[in-house]
Amino acid sequence: MTETQETEETREPQESPAAGRPSRRALIGWGGAGLALGAAVGGGAAAMAHAGDDAEPAAAGTGGAVAFHGAHQAGIATPVQDRLHFAAFDVKTGDRAEFVAMLKDWTEAARRMTAGKPVGEGAFDGLAEAPPDDTGEAMGLKPSRLTLTIGFGPSLFDRFGLQDKRPAALVDLPAFPGDNLERTRTGGDLCVQACADDPQVAVHAIRNLARIGFGKVAVRWSQLGFGKTSSTTPDAQTPRNLFGFKDGTRNIAGTESGRLAKFVWVGDADTGAKDAWMNGGSYLVARRIRMNIETWDRTSLQEQEDVFGRDKREGAPVGKAKEHDEPFLKAMKPTAHVRLAHPDANGGITILRRGYSFTDGTDGLGRLDAGLFFLAYQRDVRKGFIPLQRKLAAHDALNEYIQHVGSAVFAVPPGVRDSADWWGRTLFSEEA
Amino acid sequence: MRAVRLTVTAAATAATLTALAACTAKSDAKDGAAVQVTAADSRCETSSTSVPAGHVTLEIANKGSKATEVEILFPDDRIVSEKENIGPGTKYTLTAEVKAGSYEIACRPGMKGHGIRQKLTVTGGGTSAERDPKLDQAVAAYRQYAQDQADRTLPLAETFVKAVQDGDVAAARKAYAPSRLGWERTEPVAESFGDIDPKVDIRKPDLEPGQKWTGWHRLEQALWQKKSIGAEEKALAGELLTDLKDWKERVGKAEITPTSMANGAKELLDEVAKGKVTGEEEYYSHTDLVDFKGNVEGAQRAYELLKPVAAENDPALAKELDKQFAALNTLLDKYRPSKDSYDFVSYDKVGEGQRKELSDAVNALAEPLSKLAAAVVK
Repeated sequence: MTETQETEETREPQESPAAGRPSRRALIGWGGAGLALGAAVGGGAAAMAHAGDDAEPAAAGTGGAVAFHGAHQAGIATPVQDRLHFAAFDVKTGDRAEFVAMLKDWTEAARRMTAGKPVGEGAFDGLAEAPPDDTGEAMGLKPSRLTLTIGFGPSLFDRFGLQDKRPAALVDLPAFPGDNLERTRTGGDLCVQACADDPQVAVHAIRNLARIGFGKVAVRWSQLGFGKTSSTTPDAQTPRNLFGFKDGTRNIAGTESGRLAKFVWVGDADTGAKDAWMNGGSYLVARRIRMNIETWDRTSLQEQEDVFGRDKREGAPVGKAKEHDEPFLKAMKPTAHVRLAHPDANGGITILRRGYSFTDGTDGLGRLDAGLFFLAYQRDVRKGFIPLQRKLAAHDALNEYIQHVGSAVFAVPPGVRDSADWWGRTLFSEEA
Repeated sequence: MRAVRLTVTAAATAATLTALAACTAKSDAKDGAAVQVTAADSRCETSSTSVPAGHVTLEIANKGSKATEVEILFPDDRIVSEKENIGPGTKYTLTAEVKAGSYEIACRPGMKGHGIRQKLTVTGGGTSAERDPKLDQAVAAYRQYAQDQADRTLPLAETFVKAVQDGDVAAARKAYAPSRLGWERTEPVAESFGDIDPKVDIRKPDLEPGQKWTGWHRLEQALWQKKSIGAEEKALAGELLTDLKDWKERVGKAEITPTSMANGAKELLDEVAKGKVTGEEEYYSHTDLVDFKGNVEGAQRAYELLKPVAAENDPALAKELDKQFAALNTLLDKYRPSKDSYDFVSYDKVGEGQRKELSDAVNALAEPLSKLAAAVVK
């Protein structure tokens, strides 16, 4: 985070200069990719994610900065970074002005951190008698393509007289068969998704926002993700999930403006007077999906491939040669994951997936506490995640090996336009 | 009990203004004539209000009916030198080496209370920069608070110790938490002495190899887990009382500065965040909320004494601290039958959701409190 690495806020992410040398972590990823092939669950998937996505452009932009300002928030259609720290917060203050002031403070901190700068007066300056403004652990690290994306949960709209602004599309998620949701991993008045190529940069961002928020908001739960499972970069290989499979291969790319407008961004046609503030935004569903890793690993290759409807090596749909070959759904088992989830089987329903593999170590029984932290953006949850999940929860062969243990839904407002703008302005500002 | 004990001392040392050095102050002035101090039950007369720097001698005569104590005090009430327990009708000569500055002589008939004060100006070289008198007042008032808490703790500790030594488990359990309250309110001062805290307030997991477990928590374990009192416990109770008397005697000499007060307030909240919210502090008795309340009260006292200065330098911070202290106190009140009771709900009956709520309220207060020291010095 030295001054020389500052990037103009207008710079497009793709144009981020290739850093003089690949970052240390990128190197680890590279080395790991070769070694980890076929390795057991743990680090393998993460390493392959590097190999899959960053192989040719040489770990290129991984150290650079992603523009914070724009029509849409970064962290949705922008290229998927390697690491995640996602936090859900509860509002603790009843004072709207105080909450708005915090959103402005958060925006300023986010603007600085995404540019690779420390919060406030930094980590080493300021009065000796006071704790430093910035916690310091990201000093000397690159911006690492950090993106910070804010969302507002349904419960926020019970506060501050916002009842009339709650979008119709921001529904409470219904209970799905098989759900086993834990209170301490579910819900939240607001969320911040921090994605970066360096985990310390992502954790630093959430930590500092939480600190600024004390007294106004409190962390309800948070989740670390160590390896991306999706790509929004065209032509890239889809990263493998912890089952060892590529999933969601037909994800929406950041360059597909037509599909983004059709499936991801909220537009004029979706909103009325009460939720026009969401124009340019999106809706986010977050699900902590625990995988029964040990039982999966005892499952025959044939069954594993049948469950997904793909071959494990290439990710090709049943009967096809390559990952991106058009699938022939009827060749798959009726309960195969791809057959059930594919847009062609769901009237075209498409969501932008941005999930991460996680492991929080092991549980008390020594089983890997691991799985997929599913993140999906869509234009309308009622036409995206809900019908899809209804179907999957009822029929998906994968249900034998997974359990949804955490859940949340958020309205993700449009982007912060410029240096005078702030997160949530269109919702909270009277003149907006 | 906590690990970091040096903050108060370290901060104080740097900021001490008219430091008394045992032998280093060089004064070319001749040692002044002795100041005659006539102490009685309701008066404290001195023969002189100004003396040259160097060796100052007080010739004290107690003409009252009670034992008395005479002290030379810094502007912030820290003791330069003192003589306790001067009997009625007796005399004592007290000498001290004092640098130039403003001091007070205090006679404390009955050896308690604020005492009767007389000004003493020490003239000559070696003065240091003056501190804002408002801050001196804050430190003096806080020292008095700390002393008062220690004074009031002793009889409560005696009740507890007597119950242990009588082998009365029920009475000892009842007296346990109240005996700790004054300590919890002013813990950073007690911790600044370094040696007392590990003897009276150490928890089992914090013991070093070979270290003998003594103090309140050792007795807590006997009372709640073993449910029995043996000869060892009775002896430990006696030791606890001895150590607490030592604490009481030393409060007046503690290095206290505005910065150490502010940081001490923050540290009290750190104590709550680390040990009380988690239920680790009172692992056997579950009286964590009593300590919790004591910590908050002590922090609030320090803050309120510093507030005249802090509110001037950073009004927004003072407003936020007022609000968050009130919010935390309101939340704590839910766990006791009335505002003058310290019969808090046993912490094992406090659910996870409630602990999260308490933790959030502690964070909401501790974060702005961490900025108090800066608001006091700037």
